[in-house]
Amino acid sequence: MNAPMKWLKDYVDITCDMKTFADAMTMSGTKVECYEALGESITHVVVGKILAIEKHPDADKLVITSVDIGEDAPLQIVTGAKNISTGDLVPVALVGANLAGGLKIKKGKLRGVESLGMMCSVEELGLEKDHYPEAPEDGIYIFEKEYQPGTDVKPIFGLDDVMVEYEITSNRPDCNSILGIAREAAATFNQPFKYPDIKVKGSGGQADTYASVEILEPQLCKRYAARIVKNVKIEQSPEWLRQKLISCGIRPINNIVDITNFVMLEMAQPLHAFDLEKVKENKICVRCANEGETLVTLDGEERTLDPSVLVIADAEDAVAIAGIMGGESTKVTDCTMTLLLESANFDGTNVRMSSKKLGLRTDASSKFEKYLDPSNVEQGLNRACQLIEQLGAGEVISGMVDCYPVKREEKEVSYTVEGINKLLGTDISEDEMIQIFERVELKVDREHHRVTVPTFRPDIEREADLAEEVARFYGYSNIPTTLAAGTPTVGKLNYQQKIESITKAMMESCGLYEAMTYSFESPKVFDKLNIPKEDSLRETVKILNPLGEDFSMMRTLTINGMLVSLATNYNRRNETAKLYELSYVYLPQEGQELPDERLKLTIGMYDKDMDFFTIKGVLEVLFEKLGILEDVVTAPDVNYKWLHPGRQATLSYKDTSLGWIGEVHPDVADNYDLDTRAYLAVIDMQHLTQAANLKKTYQALAKYPAVNRDLALIAKDDILIGQIEAIIKQRGGKILEAYQLFDVYKGKQIEKGYKSIAYSLTFRAKDRTLEENEINKATNKILNGLERELGVTLRQ
Amino acid sequence: MKNKLEAIRKYASQKIEEAMNLNDLNDIRVNFLGKKGELTQVLRGMKDLSKEERPVIGQIANEIRDSIEKRIEDAKTVIAKKAREIQIQQEVIDVTLPSKKPALGHQHPMSIVLDDIKSIFMGMGYQIAEGPEVEKDYYNFEALNIPENHPAKDEQDTFYISKDIVLRTQTSPVQVRIMEQQKPPIRIIAPGRVYRSDEVDATHSPVFNQLEGLVIDKNITMADLKGALAVFASELYGDNVKVRFRPHHFPFTEPSAEMDISCFKCNGKGCSFCKGEGWIEILGCGMVHPRVLEMSGIDPTIYSGFAFGMGIERIAMLRYGIDDIRLFYENDMRFLKQF
Repeated sequence: MNAPMKWLKDYVDITCDMKTFADAMTMSGTKVECYEALGESITHVVVGKILAIEKHPDADKLVITSVDIGEDAPLQIVTGAKNISTGDLVPVALVGANLAGGLKIKKGKLRGVESLGMMCSVEELGLEKDHYPEAPEDGIYIFEKEYQPGTDVKPIFGLDDVMVEYEITSNRPDCNSILGIAREAAATFNQPFKYPDIKVKGSGGQADTYASVEILEPQLCKRYAARIVKNVKIEQSPEWLRQKLISCGIRPINNIVDITNFVMLEMAQPLHAFDLEKVKENKICVRCANEGETLVTLDGEERTLDPSVLVIADAEDAVAIAGIMGGESTKVTDCTMTLLLESANFDGTNVRMSSKKLGLRTDASSKFEKYLDPSNVEQGLNRACQLIEQLGAGEVISGMVDCYPVKREEKEVSYTVEGINKLLGTDISEDEMIQIFERVELKVDREHHRVTVPTFRPDIEREADLAEEVARFYGYSNIPTTLAAGTPTVGKLNYQQKIESITKAMMESCGLYEAMTYSFESPKVFDKLNIPKEDSLRETVKILNPLGEDFSMMRTLTINGMLVSLATNYNRRNETAKLYELSYVYLPQEGQELPDERLKLTIGMYDKDMDFFTIKGVLEVLFEKLGILEDVVTAPDVNYKWLHPGRQATLSYKDTSLGWIGEVHPDVADNYDLDTRAYLAVIDMQHLTQAANLKKTYQALAKYPAVNRDLALIAKDDILIGQIEAIIKQRGGKILEAYQLFDVYKGKQIEKGYKSIAYSLTFRAKDRTLEENEINKATNKILNGLERELGVTLRQ
Repeated sequence: MKNKLEAIRKYASQKIEEAMNLNDLNDIRVNFLGKKGELTQVLRGMKDLSKEERPVIGQIANEIRDSIEKRIEDAKTVIAKKAREIQIQQEVIDVTLPSKKPALGHQHPMSIVLDDIKSIFMGMGYQIAEGPEVEKDYYNFEALNIPENHPAKDEQDTFYISKDIVLRTQTSPVQVRIMEQQKPPIRIIAPGRVYRSDEVDATHSPVFNQLEGLVIDKNITMADLKGALAVFASELYGDNVKVRFRPHHFPFTEPSAEMDISCFKCNGKGCSFCKGEGWIEILGCGMVHPRVLEMSGIDPTIYSGFAFGMGIERIAMLRYGIDDIRLFYENDMRFLKQF
């Protein structure tokens, strides 16, 4: 909301400087976003009276003028202007003046003749030509009113004003008006608020004999009031009115339009004037549009409507879109004799939706959207009629047609002094509270600790709302700063959060960088990732109103974001990328309203010195930290289509699946423009948390010596190291302390289709030095198991 | 005999002095003191001596053996020391050569900021709560006192999944879920992703992170709200920072406020960073609206509380001087490495 200071000062005395004003308003809840002194860059421009105009001796297009600027001697100014005549009053920029666009006026000679200033157009004063219809197309501005030569022109053009931009919160629609801001300013500075004295004389007759009003949709139109103006005289508004509109950036048009705009700005009550003679049967009906009904709006566009749009209709057709724009057929023209002036209250949401649907947002609609006060309808209408009478723009018929099905009543709200102080943590007296209530126009019934709330403050409903009023004017900064006593609580991470925190620390200790990617993506990712058509991952939570296909569904897997990030790095020529992300996937659940949101650890990396086992190692660091490494099984028992078929595995702990790991399928890498081998892993954090074991118990350090045995084995190629190790571990018994693979060999001396594998086994007992036969027994048990179950034999 | 012994002593001394390394010294030991060594040979000849001579010569022989042993040991020490010196001299390295640095991982800047904020509030007894991102309309709006037709509902440009399900536009629904589940005293913060239908540009992202705070107990006042957030601001921005609370409006708090901190670039004097205001808006807050308490099953005549919410991206951007929000979601290693 923009409000010029000069207009504001019509209703409240403000004497302080702008910074003090802005700070005080901000601190009482009407935040000043910024303010701008309008004519700041314009200086030394005065009214000049042209005394004489002579031809320039050496230039056909120039004249030499003598201008009275209120000094002893007139000024000589040479100009090329054509629209001036002797006796005209014009804006004169003196030597040393600053004009719009940084133009500076200096003493000069034009074709040998001295010129001591410049006559100005409105543009040169930084004004909009549009706002001054009386200004010539390409020439000097000529004042219509008499001014003393030498008068500063800035006040005349409103260039001494300050424009203030306020942030108005949605609970205060009343503040979207000059009066609303003025009321707040008056309360802030504890000054009287000078609400205009609104009186309409009326010229006899009775409005309801001229027109009738009917509301068919009382939910969408809370009130509709109309007054009739006869013998309308359309003409230019007086300067003060034009100036008020100009100061708010609105172009003056004619007296009737200007008055409706004035009331909208002043009181936040949009009005509309119909040419009554064109309203069929003089009937106003507020109804929903018929399906396909059309209406040409004032902007000349034909609009096709539907029943969601509220319209004002006459006996036959729609003549205006309620709260948004009038229709061409009933518009006020120079020939209009009788006006029906509408002041109504329309439902904010309906106006907003219709305005959106029609792609038509107007000053009126943006006011209505904020839910206006139906009580204001009457004052707004009367204010306009008062101005019509004042300006002699027509004869206002007595009486008002006022259709107001359900009157908005003033609410009563009780308070307790203790209650308010208890909420604020203050010790404010009832007297002080009452003073504040009265400043914001709440009527106080002290005896019953009750206030009556004016209808323009629908936000005040209960004690907490009154506490806010007290706090605003007592000053938020005067409320003490304390630390809550109360029952102590312990701030700590829960178990899952602790596992997450450890996970992040481990990823970073392995040199990974933390990434963040969007939670929604395009359904195209499934094809990019080679995911089969029937895969359940393609069942997603879809957004009804996405920002485009790329953001249209909640992801069911995190790897698209990771692959995009890897590709970004790769294509920006970053030699290596090692990323991890902790983020959710959103899996629709049968019979549940909300999806299952599961936290996933996603790892993605590429580097020339990296292979499958690098990423496997990163996960093993995490598993070791979480105390589960010994029992995590890596098995190639899957076929994820986005992974290299021969380089992928699942990871599980006991019966819990933890996730998977693998090299990106070359086809998928191609789909992401990733021209390098890349590795991915995804771990389900909930399962990882269930598996994690952070309990540690101390094991006495070994006192007895360990014995090492090396085993050279021959196994078929397709036997996995994991299978062999599972048997070694299972059959080695308690005394097997460790086993270490130290060689895998294929080639010479080994039969084709076989491989040679070498292990170093470490045996140790806690309580004694092991005997040779115990070790032999354990070793044989391992060898027997390997042979029986896997056909793995000792190398001869 | 005596002369022979003396000659041995002299000869041994000379040999020891000439010895170059430990091997030489070992040879000397063997040659003189070994089983077939010269001194041993001499001592074997003692049996031919008279009873009177034996102890005298024996003593001399023992003395000589001890002295040779000692000299060998001394010489060993000297030689070892010399060898160590040479070794050390040869092992001089250029310490300015590049290191074998283990790769250091990096936390996302938003995570760093979030961790800082979490630890401040955990220190004040807050726990960390979570709630769903795909949320019921009821929790995101209605239970927060944002009725069906409230302009705020449209202002926030919500992503809808169905008529009743939305992508949460704020972390505030977690407040309601916690109040429904937990009895006061409640002290929680709830960080998480939120969604608004904003086209992606340098300052807007349709996905971003917020952190919500909620305290419910008996006798919680607005003064307590100011206190908690003042501690937060000075912990996060340093003791010199000033805070101010301005009236504002949120449907779910009453009274409501916004908290500004004095601009950390100009100390509140006003600069281009704070648009001349001297203050930077950091968060929204207020006393939990009694209707919100009622709807969540908490009696507002017994309990009161405060809530606050802040945008993590904004805080991170202010802290690190990041001018484009898109950088947070690109994951360029060169960006992430800086934090």
